[in-house]
Amino acid sequence: MTSAPSESPAPAGPAPHGPREAILEARDLVKHYPLTQGVVIKRQVGAVKAVDGVSFELRRGETLGIVGESGCGKSTVAKLVTSLEAPTSGSIRFKGEDVTRLSGRARKALRRNIQMVFQDPYTSLNPRMTVGDIVGEPFDIHPEAAPKGERRRRVRELLDVVGLNPEYVNRYPHQFSGGQRQRIGIARGLALRPEIIVADEPVSALDVSVQAQVVNLMERLQDEFDLSYIFIAHDLSVVRHISDRVGVMYLGKLVETGTESEIYEHPTHPYTQALLSAVPVPDPAAEAGRARIVLDGDVPSPANPPSGCRFRTRCWKADERCAKEEPPLLVPGAGPAEGPARHPSACHYAEEKARIVPE
Amino acid sequence: MTRTQPDRGPLPGTGTGAHTSPLLHVRDLRVEFRTRDGVATAVDGVSFAVEAGETLAVLGESGSGKSVTAQAVMGILDSPPGRVTGGRILFDGRDLLKVSAEERRSVRGARMAMIFQDALSALNPVVSVGRQLGEMFQVHRGASRKDAWAKAVELMERVRIPAARARAGDYPHQFSGGMRQRIMIAMALALEPELIIADEPTTALDVTVQAQVMDLLADLQSEYRMGLILITHDLGVVADVADRIAVMYAGRIVETAPVGDLYRAPAHPYTRGLLDSIPRLDQKGQQLNAVKGLPPSLLSVPPGCSFHPRCPAVRPVCHADEPPLYEAGAGRASACHFWKELLDDECAE
Ligand SMILES: Nc1ncnc2c1ncn2[C@@H]1O[C@H](COP(=O)(O)OP(=O)(O)OP(=O)(O)O)[C@@H](O)[C@H]1O
Ligand SMILES: Nc1ncnc2c1ncn2[C@@H]1O[C@H](COP(=O)(O)OP(=O)(O)O)[C@@H](O)[C@H]1O
Ligand code: SF4
Ligand code: SF4
Ligand SMILES: [Mg+2]
Ligand SMILES: [Mg+2]
Repeated sequence: MTSAPSESPAPAGPAPHGPREAILEARDLVKHYPLTQGVVIKRQVGAVKAVDGVSFELRRGETLGIVGESGCGKSTVAKLVTSLEAPTSGSIRFKGEDVTRLSGRARKALRRNIQMVFQDPYTSLNPRMTVGDIVGEPFDIHPEAAPKGERRRRVRELLDVVGLNPEYVNRYPHQFSGGQRQRIGIARGLALRPEIIVADEPVSALDVSVQAQVVNLMERLQDEFDLSYIFIAHDLSVVRHISDRVGVMYLGKLVETGTESEIYEHPTHPYTQALLSAVPVPDPAAEAGRARIVLDGDVPSPANPPSGCRFRTRCWKADERCAKEEPPLLVPGAGPAEGPARHPSACHYAEEKARIVPE
Repeated sequence: MTRTQPDRGPLPGTGTGAHTSPLLHVRDLRVEFRTRDGVATAVDGVSFAVEAGETLAVLGESGSGKSVTAQAVMGILDSPPGRVTGGRILFDGRDLLKVSAEERRSVRGARMAMIFQDALSALNPVVSVGRQLGEMFQVHRGASRKDAWAKAVELMERVRIPAARARAGDYPHQFSGGMRQRIMIAMALALEPELIIADEPTTALDVTVQAQVMDLLADLQSEYRMGLILITHDLGVVADVADRIAVMYAGRIVETAPVGDLYRAPAHPYTRGLLDSIPRLDQKGQQLNAVKGLPPSLLSVPPGCSFHPRCPAVRPVCHADEPPLYEAGAGRASACHFWKELLDDECAE
């Protein structure tokens, strides 16, 4: 299991500098869940706009981090990208081909290439299946991926790759700790040798020490198999650690995108600034010199988002324009002509702010 | 090492600043659970003290005994199977393990309160939030229904629930996670207790809401000069609000120190491992230094130093000799035989 995925002509290992080709492109993704009323006759009374016009690209070998508050649509993006849900509108191109338009066999073949690792290592594994069955299950769905006689060996190999003793194939999930279960989930995600792994809060349920073990494992596997990751988490420190580029979501939309250092060191969107200022840093000395932006209020309902800029109900810079005009996700026209502050930000008054992340 | 805080004057009914001995003094506490597979010593000789107005953070991996310690102090241990098998819990000079059940209950209601991680399951789902808050005043203070309701609304305003008057009649599920947690805080503060134990109060919340809730808690604490025990596994939250830290491992406290000292130079390899394993917002590091291995089962804690199978600094003596909690400088203690070398090492770096 050390060769790069067969279709990929790219050299093994991500190039440290210079962008590589986009392997996945999402354009104007929308997912609305209808809100209905009535028991017998259901009437649609509105819609939860879980994802409401999201575009991004994922390059080969890179990690795109997605952050945002609970309910902003991160998991929904994950489900759309992995075809677990169909978008209301918009397209997802994998190597140029629109995944949302494919059906039947072509779609199934494509799905092999995009695998998901779930948040909760306690509930996402079937308690009645052995670890061997769990890790080998994708081969039942895609028998072409491994001939029958090969499977046992492949499963043991996969366990070995993620740092689990291959002798454990016949054990059940409850016999493992949280970190080990997350490794099982990752082994299953790797079984079909995908090119993209979408990890939805893969370490959120784990203790810090074990979390570090799993993050290190994911980084090592990325180098080894030239994987591209979409890494979703609400822990901004973990996302910074693992990501090359980061997208910040608020209420179904991306509000700022950029490289890890553009977002963390030069955020220009007020929401990103507030989010970063709220993260506690484990260092009392650094913590003492920080100005914290405490946001008032709660996230508005995604069924009824505010007009204009969705963040305006909590934004300290909001004015009349923000209520009328929706700010597009673009590199701001005003401000410096170049430099790290020049990255897409969906704010009419995008601007850097001093000392959000301590130095 | 108590943080100097703006003194907004004591509130009526709190014995502010009158204590010369600590508000809470736990000595050599032991708690056991009888399970099918044997006896698990969840808390194994834990000692600590909390002064009025002070915040003690208790840090440790899941299963290390943080919640059980809190439950024993509050007197809400799940027993059976749990049982306090030794030690003393001195609250305002009285041993709570020796007082009558009735006295214990009244202390628990009025003088110490707990905030739980999961607000939704701690609140009664079928009673309105205003009623639940009001009941505290009816039961403990003999307030009339009408007065209790007014008090409830006032409390909701204190914890910054918008439109509190209009929303007091709503049920817990009608509030967001952050609001529910603030309502829990209101409930805990209702009777102006001297000690609050917050068990992972923000773990289930988003960072922005986490910041709101922690700020609120810190404000109210300094205003009422309460003692606060903050249980968490988030080293970031701790750095921001705690005065002192106690680190737990496998049922024991392995290090205690003023917060600044501990972050600057940990005196126990486990603490150091925890600090090294967290990715930091202000740093784009390379590989994370994970603490290798897993915490031990409490049914079979390793002999000698219980951390020895995972310790990068382990030496032969650690396999057999259990380290006591050594005094390691002013206000510090470490349960590592080699704490001194560790500190010298860190100072040299
Ligand atoms: N099947 C569904 N039917 C109706 N609404 C849904 C459904 N799935 C998600 N939603 C709603 O869509 C919005 C976005 O949900 P999503 O799960 O993507 O959030 P998230 O960003 O992953 O949040 P978290 O951080 O809590 O996991 C939420 O308001 C959610 O309640
Ligand atoms: N009701 C119970 N019955 C049996 N064991 C328990 C019970 N509650 C806690 N324990 C055990 O006590 C130990 C410490 O638990 P706890 O204090 O909850 O850990 P944490 O540090 O994560 O809060 C764990 O091993 C746990 O399994
Ligand atoms: S567009 Fe207006 S409301 Fe929106 S983030 Fe910018 S300043 Fe705030
Ligand atoms: S006593 Fe030994 S094993 Fe325990 S922490 Fe110290 S060096 Fe490590
Ligand atoms: Mg989610
Ligand atoms: Mg706990």
